[in-house]
Amino acid sequence: MLRHGAEYESLDQNELRGIGSDEVLARISQSNGGMIKRDLRRAEDAAAALRALSSARLIEICKDAGELFLNGELPLNQQGDTQTADDYVATLSKTSGLPHVLVRKNMRKIWTVLDGMGGILRGLMRGMDPAVVETGFGEHCDIPVYYAPTASALGVVLPSNSPGVNSIWIPSLALGVPVVLKPGREEPWTPLRIMQALIAAGCPREAFSFYPTDHEGSAVILDRCGRVLLFGDEAVTKAWSNDERVQIHGPGRSKVIVGPDVVDDWKTYLPVLAASVADNGGRSCINASSIFVTSHGREIADALAEELATREPRPADDDQAVLSAFANRKFAEFIDAKIDEDVAAGGAEDLSRARRDGPRQRDVDGAPYLLPTVVHCDSVEHPLARTEFLFPFTSVVEVPPDRLVADMGPSLVVTAITRDAKLIDELKRSDHVDRLNLGPVPTSHVEWDQPHEGNLFEFLYERRAIQRAADW
Amino acid sequence: MTTASELDNHFRDIVRWHFSPDTGTPHWLEWAAQAGWNPAEEVTGIADLTRFPHFDGELLRTEPHERWIPKAYAGRPFTIFETGGTTGMPKQRIGWDDYKIDYEQFSDTLSDDEFPKGGYWLMVGPTGPRRLRLAIEHLANHRGSSCYFVDLDPRWVKKLIKSKQFDQAKAYMTHVIEQAVSILEKRQVSALFTTPKLLEELGDRLSIPEAGIKGVFCGGTTMDPQTTRFLCEEILEGCVGFVPTYGNTLMGLAAHKPDLKADNYSITYYAPQPRALLRCVDPESTDTLVDVNSWGRVELTTLTKEFFMPRFLERDEALRRAPCEQYPWDGVGEVRPFGQQAAKIVEGVY
Repeated sequence: MLRHGAEYESLDQNELRGIGSDEVLARISQSNGGMIKRDLRRAEDAAAALRALSSARLIEICKDAGELFLNGELPLNQQGDTQTADDYVATLSKTSGLPHVLVRKNMRKIWTVLDGMGGILRGLMRGMDPAVVETGFGEHCDIPVYYAPTASALGVVLPSNSPGVNSIWIPSLALGVPVVLKPGREEPWTPLRIMQALIAAGCPREAFSFYPTDHEGSAVILDRCGRVLLFGDEAVTKAWSNDERVQIHGPGRSKVIVGPDVVDDWKTYLPVLAASVADNGGRSCINASSIFVTSHGREIADALAEELATREPRPADDDQAVLSAFANRKFAEFIDAKIDEDVAAGGAEDLSRARRDGPRQRDVDGAPYLLPTVVHCDSVEHPLARTEFLFPFTSVVEVPPDRLVADMGPSLVVTAITRDAKLIDELKRSDHVDRLNLGPVPTSHVEWDQPHEGNLFEFLYERRAIQRAADW
Repeated sequence: MTTASELDNHFRDIVRWHFSPDTGTPHWLEWAAQAGWNPAEEVTGIADLTRFPHFDGELLRTEPHERWIPKAYAGRPFTIFETGGTTGMPKQRIGWDDYKIDYEQFSDTLSDDEFPKGGYWLMVGPTGPRRLRLAIEHLANHRGSSCYFVDLDPRWVKKLIKSKQFDQAKAYMTHVIEQAVSILEKRQVSALFTTPKLLEELGDRLSIPEAGIKGVFCGGTTMDPQTTRFLCEEILEGCVGFVPTYGNTLMGLAAHKPDLKADNYSITYYAPQPRALLRCVDPESTDTLVDVNSWGRVELTTLTKEFFMPRFLERDEALRRAPCEQYPWDGVGEVRPFGQQAAKIVEGVY
């Protein structure tokens, strides 16, 4: 636990074990809600420490931190324990289920964000000089601008599913706003390593608070931080859905739409469909969980099932591993049973069933995996047609051309493989699309100069009017 | 301080009192008539405790009060006390002087520096029909002090939480805290009784030592070691006396083993023997005590002339703790709701 950068060893500690193992990998100090409340009173001091550095310096620090994060030996705690990059990969793999190769890919993603922070800020700030956040005043396209921070600290309630999600909060530091992080239970490693890398690179320690905590502690972060990024399923996020201080990162329900103009050529796009569904172990909110097509639905589903069937569980340190284990066996069992139940109710066919040898759930080295699953649904109203699970799962549904957008529902990423101008126009206007990929771009592809579920700069700063006397 | 023989004698005396036709309690006399043995004559000491079955708490909801009046108290108006935060028909215990005796004895454990005689007290917590309300006022009075009260109705809070009206629960908490802050800002209060949660909230609004508080008497819900440490080091800023207590309407109150820091903030409570007896029993075989430093279900026996309640299984579990210098009998450590490890229990509502 870090309280404004100072390590605190709590008497309340959770033991973190590897999946399918009794080995205790770490004891994680837990914080109570009152402690977080008390610390947040000093959030402005932490912000002042961060703002004492220029924007250019913070961008430099991020760049250096990127290198340290990727390759450095960094402190784990004040007892002198350290963590090399290989240690990080191995431990995160043990607690989260991600194979080493996917952890390394995620490391690279995080490095990209840290290393390219200058460009990311230009993207988020639409080309404005990032130094505007130092004083709040500046100019953009010869027009005076005044930006005021909306929060003394950015709260972040993180998930455990993928280390890559940590990329989202990192620009907050470069924008001069401290972070208050609540890690996912199985994944304290990535936010901790990022923070240690930033501190080692010269970022003020005070800018980092790190609270492994329970629901009560999360609620304090949500209540008391001026701005919060909240990751979680609908059960977690619903209560905050109307709070403008809270940016919700819930289920992605990302989709691929294959338009009527190209659907006969679907075989060309099979690799894009497979990557969209299964990249990063199919665990991300940007993985496609539904594929909408206007025809050839069953054929596409069957071919995709065949393609994904080659992705089998392998030991975590196998370089060919592409699937992730479940940290919680019961969760895997629940998902497995839920898919079977919904298929058995009719209106859907599990095309992966014939392609796999044995049941969907399989254990490797004592860890539970779910094998990729492609379901063909008769209708978008089927319970499996627009849902999302934490493994490579997708439905394929035939939808009439004039219903493709209307029936889509909220979708974090939509890859639209079409040149149909009318369909593209409909997508552009839809409230349900957060990120639009035009053409055969996997849903899992990320360009970091584009906003992700909202623009962090606009979330942390609001533009206000400024009028100065000529000689003032 | 009681020795084993004093406990034996006290137990025998109390059983005789409640089971003798001259002084006895209608409920227990009738029970004995059907039990097939005569406790008044056969009980010789505390070893006979397990000859009694576990007390059925439901009786305190259903039996007329008259059935609990020992003959010696007949005709004397009594006070009706109700248990804490449950909804529906509460358990009710009648009493006369027990709460005064319990709290006068407890007063002897308090430091005059932390709870100055003559200084004002403030109670923030469940008042209403609870024994605690009169008891705190009596404790203050006994120490030459007077007490302000701010009520919190835990039954209402539980209903709000059950129906997921979290905003309302929060607003109610704020309402309670605002009243307490108002008194602390405008009056000279030196001693505070409240619950851990309310203490934390109060500490979020003002500095407890700067408000003039010298000692905090705290109870009502679980305090794990980290919570206790946080309250002592941060909310009380390391300079206010902290006296955690475990008790309820049926028992009275158990004192804690002093010097919390030395025990790494793990609180152990000792029942006010011989007037009450706490045991940590094996939940699967409740005649058997668990080993020292093992978890067991808390079993309460109340032994006063006003009330005899053998082997009531509390809804709590605790670590059985060894006797200590101040209290040479078993204690209960790190008390928490029974089954907390197995299921999430809504407890910390006030």
